[in-house]
Amino acid sequence: MRILVCIKQVPGTAKVDVDEKTGVLKRDTAETKMNPFDLFAIEEGLKIREKYGGNVDVLTMGPSQAEAVLVEAVWMGADRGILLSDRNFAGADVAATSYTIVQGIRKMGDYDLIICGKQTTDGDTAQTGPEAAEFLQIEHISNVLEIERKEGGRLVVLENQDDCVRKLEIPLPCLITVEKNANTPRLPSLKRALTEKQIEIIKLELRDLPDTDTNHYGLTGSPTQVERIFPPEKKETKQMFEGNAGQIAAKFKEILTEQKFV
Amino acid sequence: MGRLEIHQELVTREIAEKMCEICPFHAISYDGNVLEVDAGCKMCRLCVKKGIPGVITWEETAEKEIDKSSWKGIAVFAEQEEGVIHPVAYELLGKAKELAAVVSQPVYAVVIGNAMEKAVKELMHYGADATYYYESENLEEFSPVPYTDVLEDFLEEVRPAVIMFGATIKGRSLAPRAAARFRTGLTADCTALLMKENSDLVQIRPAFGGNIMAQIVTPNVRPQCCTVRYKVFPKALRHSKPCGKFILRKIQDERIRTGIRLLRKTKKPGQIDISEAEVIVAAGRGIHDKKGMNLAEDLAEILHAQMACTRPLVEAGRFDARRQIGLSGRTVKPKLIITLGISGAVQFAAGMKGADCIIAVNKDRNAAIFDVAHYGFVGDLYEIVPELISLLGGGGK
Repeated sequence: MRILVCIKQVPGTAKVDVDEKTGVLKRDTAETKMNPFDLFAIEEGLKIREKYGGNVDVLTMGPSQAEAVLVEAVWMGADRGILLSDRNFAGADVAATSYTIVQGIRKMGDYDLIICGKQTTDGDTAQTGPEAAEFLQIEHISNVLEIERKEGGRLVVLENQDDCVRKLEIPLPCLITVEKNANTPRLPSLKRALTEKQIEIIKLELRDLPDTDTNHYGLTGSPTQVERIFPPEKKETKQMFEGNAGQIAAKFKEILTEQKFV
Repeated sequence: MGRLEIHQELVTREIAEKMCEICPFHAISYDGNVLEVDAGCKMCRLCVKKGIPGVITWEETAEKEIDKSSWKGIAVFAEQEEGVIHPVAYELLGKAKELAAVVSQPVYAVVIGNAMEKAVKELMHYGADATYYYESENLEEFSPVPYTDVLEDFLEEVRPAVIMFGATIKGRSLAPRAAARFRTGLTADCTALLMKENSDLVQIRPAFGGNIMAQIVTPNVRPQCCTVRYKVFPKALRHSKPCGKFILRKIQDERIRTGIRLLRKTKKPGQIDISEAEVIVAAGRGIHDKKGMNLAEDLAEILHAQMACTRPLVEAGRFDARRQIGLSGRTVKPKLIITLGISGAVQFAAGMKGADCIIAVNKDRNAAIFDVAHYGFVGDLYEIVPELISLLGGGGK
């Protein structure tokens, strides 16, 4: 089975502030990490490979530094990494990102199974996977808790819904997004990190893709545009209280009583 | 639309360093000769606005214009499970009425399901000008491709300027497929929506994974798509009589094609659902031990509150993930929420700022939580909460 796991490098910290005076975004550190949700996707891919054979590629789109998450995935056990990186991809929204990823997938050939994490911690949209499935014209199932088995050209999976779990059969090729905590991701192997002589990372730029029209990528290829960014509004009616614990507790009770909560 | 143009002739080492520094995404680099913007660029354009003038400029490129007047109305996808309409649909309808009033356009509701005409008729009390009901036995269970096929039919016939989805598990699976099919934009988890006179939808959501809000538009493509979480907007008013037209669409079974087959469906027992709670006590990283957990639980018991928490406490294994508030957890809109030891990251705040009354306890007077709270108490929760519990007549335990 040819398996592809799509992953993303995200900021190591969620902390970004806006300088009130200048309106400039300030990010504390340049630290990055693998999107935590992707660890479950990689693990699910590796488990399937162990059971049914084949290989697991990992793909990411981002600046050249994003190669780090591909290396981490290879240390976990993936066979090779694919890095989609080009200045023309910058500023891509969900639609342009999914399109770019699908171009990368088409370039690499036919995969039987594409696995994504449920969402990322920086965008939190959970949309890129299903959009990619639509562009690839294959079916998808989101929020997969477990791939139970493979039967011929079909997978049997458990899908998490709000108040039920559905056992579904889906034909390959298909795309799934893996629910958080669906499994226990293995740690990157130090042995693998030390002994692998060469980690295979394939780098793809715009000119390597089937569609080389710059209008379909990055900001230009994005239907949505960010008009402005601004700090969140502050409540004006707020009341602040300080003092010793006794005074604060008394005031606290007064408010709860006033508002008829006790 | 446009692109960034770098004017290398103006670049000196000193200027380059300043430009590199100004980029919050570390996407500008300088190798001693050439100043470059790499693929990490988010096109926030701060380098243009706040950088050294003229070094990086924004060059507008010509746009193909679309005929916006041929796309009219605000549509709401009202999702169902076993014939019951998800309550987020009533909230979306309320917002849709508001938006539609700005441009004097109609509101549509669209339901996909089977044998649920009664529920659809009930939905018609909430103000849509027309309610479309697509019915087939094969549409009873949600499946992304058939549902997208049906929506495609609806969107092509009605041509609404906007379609809104609930940011539910199904909505987050369906909306991106539908948006991709129309090659249009989709903005997830909007926390505020406004309408421009030219029918451009202004979509506001927390972005860049930080304390920032982004205002997003889809200026050259229709329909505009967005998702909104449950409990973000107030529910529409119920009219005593059903409103608008009822349009039944029977779908031929051969038109519904999917390779996905449902083998079994298991109801989840004893659901924890904090999104329906009226009173919530939420715990954050300031609660770092068993003692703190007990204090929060005792307070919750006295107030008949549900317990909730921030992401770090789920990650630390102290709480079930279903009790997490925030962008990667649940959105809540209780009458009262008391936050204990929560600093108030924007992802958390986005999930609870619709609460009628927010009371925050935190040691740090500068914590962001105090920006969203109605009442802020600066102090140690380990001292304040026991005092409060005894004042409220608890603490016997």
